[in-house]
Amino acid sequence: MSELPLTRNVRPDLSPTGIKAYEANGGYQGLRRAMAGLSPADCLQVVKDSKLRGRGGAGFPTGMKWSFVPMDNVSPGHKYLICNADEMEPGTFKDRLLLECDPHQLIEGMILAAYTIGADVAYIFIRAEYLKAARLLREAIEEAKAKHYLGRDILGSGYSLAMYVHASAGRYICGEETALISSLEGKRANPRAKPPFPQVSGLWGRPTIVNNVETLCNIPHIIERGPEWFGSLGLGEDAGTKLFGVSGRVSNPGCWEMPMGTTIREILEDKAGGMAAGYQLRGFLPGGGSTDFLVEEHLDLPMEYESIGKAGSRMGTGTMIVLDDQTCPVGFVKNLIEFFAQESCGFCTPCRDGLPWNAQVLDDIEQGRGKPEDLDTLEQHVGYIGAIGNTHCALAPGAMEPLQSALKYFREDFQRHIDDGACPYRGAH
Amino acid sequence: MSEQLHSLDATALHLSDAELAEIDAEIAHAPYRSAVAIDALKIVQSHRRWVSDESLEALAAYLEMPAAELEGIATFYNLIFRQPVGENVILVCNSVSCWIKGCEGIRAAISRQLGIEPGQTTADGRFTLLPITCLGACDKAPVMMVGEHKFEDVTVERIPAILEHGEGATPG
Repeated sequence: MSELPLTRNVRPDLSPTGIKAYEANGGYQGLRRAMAGLSPADCLQVVKDSKLRGRGGAGFPTGMKWSFVPMDNVSPGHKYLICNADEMEPGTFKDRLLLECDPHQLIEGMILAAYTIGADVAYIFIRAEYLKAARLLREAIEEAKAKHYLGRDILGSGYSLAMYVHASAGRYICGEETALISSLEGKRANPRAKPPFPQVSGLWGRPTIVNNVETLCNIPHIIERGPEWFGSLGLGEDAGTKLFGVSGRVSNPGCWEMPMGTTIREILEDKAGGMAAGYQLRGFLPGGGSTDFLVEEHLDLPMEYESIGKAGSRMGTGTMIVLDDQTCPVGFVKNLIEFFAQESCGFCTPCRDGLPWNAQVLDDIEQGRGKPEDLDTLEQHVGYIGAIGNTHCALAPGAMEPLQSALKYFREDFQRHIDDGACPYRGAH
Repeated sequence: MSEQLHSLDATALHLSDAELAEIDAEIAHAPYRSAVAIDALKIVQSHRRWVSDESLEALAAYLEMPAAELEGIATFYNLIFRQPVGENVILVCNSVSCWIKGCEGIRAAISRQLGIEPGQTTADGRFTLLPITCLGACDKAPVMMVGEHKFEDVTVERIPAILEHGEGATPG
């Protein structure tokens, strides 16, 4: 059994780990190591060498992201580190575990990240409904301040950092990093065109890094144990461990930390216990609501960025949503498209007008009012809306991923709805 | 009356000392007053359950921003309420994992019991029913919240006990 650093403090009853228990189990050793003799450039090199990639869905190399922050300190003013704890991707429930069970792990990771990029202010942007997590984080920040891990002159190093929790008012698009920055500035959460990238011009026009909760939770372990150790945790190409989750009609839905490169079959069968009694697997979204369907032939693929990409999908958040044989694929995709249509910020036309159009077509098909040409309409939309570059952000292209792959793998289901003028699954629910 | 209101300090007339103290604590670490617009809307809502036109105007004046701009922000976010809501806001997750596990039946059972559709408040002002996007507890689907309490693995049979005395709650 390999090491599972991210969840080592997660207790069976999911009660939170306070600062004493966190320290007793080796917590804040990474911070102590950095403050005692690692420069920001040293820390950046360690994180680069670790090959850590962002765990929020896009998988961008974390060290490279950080390296774009100007470190010359020529222009006076703040730099910011933001933790994206706005976990709202449908089917995603991994960051909640880290936030509720081990808040100090995140805070230590944030202090180290902020130190590396020279930030003097850090924010945790947390979704409105995570009330318990927000309360625990506020308490943990006070505990860390009392121990001089946060605040002025951290552990006598001369480095200072302020940290605040901002609870959102609820909108999925806030999870997009430039929308999150707009929201943290007190505005509507409209994503911004890039460039400029936030690393150069982010929060209030200042250099800003936005990282996912799980990404930041890896940092203390990488700084303390080193990149070679981190690399050894993965089974294949990708370094480290990952929180994988499974929801839908499986025997044992849940979320588990496993080595990067674990096969989908091992997650679905060994951890999730296979399909629930009486249900068969038809397909699954490997990493949340905006990833393409994969099917049975993909079960032996390792959960790695490249291998899932080659199969035509994305590892995304690593939390799978399973489609069973008694759930309507058209209804499944309709639910997702309605979600994305509702949560569009409304700025770019393909997203604002295209997604509701798709939702309407899918509703017609699902309700038995579908026309033969509807499938062509959907295919066309996949081409227009799914193309990167027609919109400021990836919400609309992401929304097209489950639709385009459903049209590929479950086309006969769409056709049957249209031919029969009814949903063949009606009554199954 | 409204002209008189504008000629006076609208803020002093409307917002309470407790609200102003909480808003000031946010302004203390913001680069300019309107940067705390969302925090301030949430603070007012936590005291009054919703944000009335009068609250919105007073808040805009206090944050030194146009009321129309603050209205644009308030209406953008799903959990800022610009209409009165009941003592307990029921949020029923309707995203895909909960949909697979029958959230439509849960929503219908709540509607039957309370006699309200999504977006409505019971006549006695106890409950408002709203749909909500994925609550991030998909392994325990279907999931709902009542006020600050979360309910997991919800069944139609559990609805009366959940609504009457919050049976089986976990902290949100």
